[in-house]
Amino acid sequence: MTTVNIEIDGKKLQVDSGSMVIEAADQAGIYIPRFCYHKKLSIAANCRMCLVQVEKAAKPLPACATPVTDGMKVHTRSPKAIDAQKGVMEFLLINHPLDCPVCDQGGECELQDLAVGFGKDVSFYSENKRVVKSKNLGPLVSTDMTRCIHCTRCVRFGEEIAGIRELGATGRGEHMEIGTYIEASMDSELSGNVIDLCPVGALTSKPFRFKARAWEMTQLDTVAPHDCIGSNLHVHVRNNQVMRVVPRENEAINETWISDRDRFSYEALNSQDRLTTPMIKVNGVWQATDWNTALENVVRNTRKIIDQDGAGQLGCLASPSATTEELYLAQQLLRGLGSNNIDHRLRQLDFSDEDLAPAFPGLGQSIAALETVDAALLIGSNIRKDQPIAAHRLRKAAMRDAAIMFVNPVNYDFHFPVAANVACAPDRMVAELGGIVKALLALTAGQAPPGLTGLLDNIETTPAHRSIAGHLNRAGKATVLMGNYAHAHPHFTQLRALAGVIASLSDAALGYLTEGANSAGAWPAGAVPHRSATGQAGMNAADMLRNPRKSYWLLGVEPELDCANAPVARAAMQAAEYVVALTLFRNASLEASCDVLLPIAAFAETSGTYVNAEGVWQSFAGAVKPVGDARPAWKVLRVLGNLFGIDGFDYMSSEEVLAKVRAQATGDQPDNRLLWRAPGAWATSKGDLIRIAEVPVYAVDSLVRYATSLQQTRDAANGAIYINSILATRFGLAQGMPAIARQGKEEVTLPVVIDNRLADNSVLIYAGIPGSVNLLSDLSPLTLHKA
Amino acid sequence: MSERHDIFSAPVRADIDNWIAKYPPEQKQSAVMAALRIVQDANGGWLTMELMDAVADYLAMPKIAVYEVATFYSMYELKPVGRHKISVCTNISCMLSGSEQVVAHLQDRLGIRLGETTEDGRFTMKEVECLGACCGAPMFQIGRDYYENLTPEKIDKILDSLD
Ligand code: SF4
Ligand code: FES
Ligand code: FES
Repeated sequence: MTTVNIEIDGKKLQVDSGSMVIEAADQAGIYIPRFCYHKKLSIAANCRMCLVQVEKAAKPLPACATPVTDGMKVHTRSPKAIDAQKGVMEFLLINHPLDCPVCDQGGECELQDLAVGFGKDVSFYSENKRVVKSKNLGPLVSTDMTRCIHCTRCVRFGEEIAGIRELGATGRGEHMEIGTYIEASMDSELSGNVIDLCPVGALTSKPFRFKARAWEMTQLDTVAPHDCIGSNLHVHVRNNQVMRVVPRENEAINETWISDRDRFSYEALNSQDRLTTPMIKVNGVWQATDWNTALENVVRNTRKIIDQDGAGQLGCLASPSATTEELYLAQQLLRGLGSNNIDHRLRQLDFSDEDLAPAFPGLGQSIAALETVDAALLIGSNIRKDQPIAAHRLRKAAMRDAAIMFVNPVNYDFHFPVAANVACAPDRMVAELGGIVKALLALTAGQAPPGLTGLLDNIETTPAHRSIAGHLNRAGKATVLMGNYAHAHPHFTQLRALAGVIASLSDAALGYLTEGANSAGAWPAGAVPHRSATGQAGMNAADMLRNPRKSYWLLGVEPELDCANAPVARAAMQAAEYVVALTLFRNASLEASCDVLLPIAAFAETSGTYVNAEGVWQSFAGAVKPVGDARPAWKVLRVLGNLFGIDGFDYMSSEEVLAKVRAQATGDQPDNRLLWRAPGAWATSKGDLIRIAEVPVYAVDSLVRYATSLQQTRDAANGAIYINSILATRFGLAQGMPAIARQGKEEVTLPVVIDNRLADNSVLIYAGIPGSVNLLSDLSPLTLHKA
Repeated sequence: MSERHDIFSAPVRADIDNWIAKYPPEQKQSAVMAALRIVQDANGGWLTMELMDAVADYLAMPKIAVYEVATFYSMYELKPVGRHKISVCTNISCMLSGSEQVVAHLQDRLGIRLGETTEDGRFTMKEVECLGACCGAPMFQIGRDYYENLTPEKIDKILDSLD
């Protein structure tokens, strides 16, 4: 790119020839006032606040829409510029209410700041101000539309970033209003970003409304705890309470955005249901107790079980959103006691290729690189809801005409054009990937690895297969990504093997989008049963539950909601003699299955490290003290290590724990191309009805499940039986009618929702919610009945 | 996708398609103004939410973008209107030439205020911005016709001539 020489306020600058004056000024640290301009949005140039004087131009020019030219001389603070800026400010204030004392934006309002900096003391305007009715945009964004200055940042955000145009400017001139026109909620998973974008108090956070003033809060840094992207966050704290969460800019990860889940889940921190003191069950009755008593209870009872039945009777299920330090200490403790039964892959069912697995499941490329692909095939991924920030990167690629394609159990609504899409019942996914392999083999000189032909012989390629193969093959830069659903799929390893073949035939990067915030950290931390220093393998999560252990330790896990096959998990807990939960919350389900509840620190209350899908290790400090008597889990585990008398538990800080993991992890480079190994038999569909056990966006972990505002959104999990209209007709079911879904002796009764995004023979019943805990999430045939 | 544009009759659809054909295929939303006019005419002079949504679906554009257009231009009606819609220009040239008297006379004669419809459903009166006929100010538009250099007598004669 060529550069030009310009001068702003006497400062000589060399800038890219394509840039606007405001960008050049920003780079040089010269502030030009603005409302409508935002570096991540298109240029609207409608507020005129950025007027500057340009030598040789007759009139002041908007800095945001004036390209730099060689030799240009700009004055941002000359009398002419200031006069123009003051004039604009006077116009903007004509219709803006002077209600700063009752406005939530007060103290952090761009209009307020600029009015102080650029406004006049008096106005010529003495007519009435207009009043605009506020709109109800749903549970997250609060509106005071009289305050709107029509910068249209929120409108452009919807169109350009969120990919759904929900807001618009209706009416004309003085009657122009920003809103949805008809009463409608904002349903984008990124909707909260308009709160940050709105320069005034027109769009503010509903959960945060009237809770605190900007100047009362301290800003601290942390990392988002829900998905494998690891968005960077600021938490705003007052009196040791997290008042709200906002994005911390990191161009390489989340740019300036965060998902609604990362923004609003903090509400759960102050939930009434937090466990604030250790509890033990004495003769079936729960009693609050002190830490010493509780931990002694744990040591005594665990020892008893180990002495009687051996350490193999001890199992640990850890949340994939636990910190690397917590996961490391949990496995150190368990292994110190002689058991290798530890796992964080709670929803995974098929582990048969884990010996070949990469050092950690990663994206195989940087997050930012996703926006540069020419073609992407996503397998079992609702990326828009599961990793909204990664989806935004892919959307940018799609807007450049990249072919984004899916093989999914549901024909999800995406906010970008989808080039090819296969929506099929879960038990058909293996065959569909086989079809893509076959189509690729026909296109390329590549060879099918041995053992694959058995699968391919019985497959006819469809136009969709050929289209996907064609796009991948033609693309300069391609990627194949396996999403959350693929990892939970009962034939995950077959899907992975085929994804690997597709990736190598099309020279694409293979990547994993995993559950939780720290799957990528759990592997180097050793929170998997087969990666121990001794080389001994323990039981994986599914085995531990299918073959009940006498004792379980739960680290941030609610077994019925967080594990695959909820009824199996519940039965295992009930059969166990002694269950310890390190938990944020107390609830009936945990109380029924556990013997000891230990309150631990949540997100923002503890220090720790998350490793994101790109392999970036991001450490953070605690922002607030844990509630009540809760303690950071790493400290609890350390004390337990000492009480058990295990060597190597003399850590003074979480950094020392991290150093230990880091030392072991050096040299770990993710190589996602697994060695090929044909499965014994390829999975085929028997034509049964199969349940799709998708985990909805606001049910992925206990923190979001207790976040009240998120639970009121349209994306909140709905206990229902989703089927397409063909299936509904076949079973004589209609929308809203109660129906029974049955697998063997397990059944649930839920209302029917007709959903034509679903393929035939599939029944979507969300997992991770109380209404579905009686159903399995494997390929067990399901039957539907009228209730 | 919903099939809401089924509420368009065959001639309406043909008319809209005609307009769509004037633009490149990936820019068919350029036909939004024509489409709104066509469905409004076919619906007795006003647009329902349903019709606007159907136009959005038909042109594959966000619904809100159609609402923006329909609420911006004064030739689109979002409520039922009378048989004759009198659009009185009150912009600068007409105002200087006496549009206030035009409005006052219409109000006296019809017994309605700007933005209202007579009880018999014959007339709707609304205020519009400059219609580009400043040389004949003050003026109004009824249906498709412009009437210029208005005086109270002239207005009476015009109204008498309408059914
Ligand atoms: S609501 Fe806020 S962001 Fe949207 S146009 Fe108005 S001032 Fe701008
Ligand atoms: S910031 Fe330049 S016109 Fe709004
Ligand atoms: S001002 Fe009335 S027609 Fe122009």
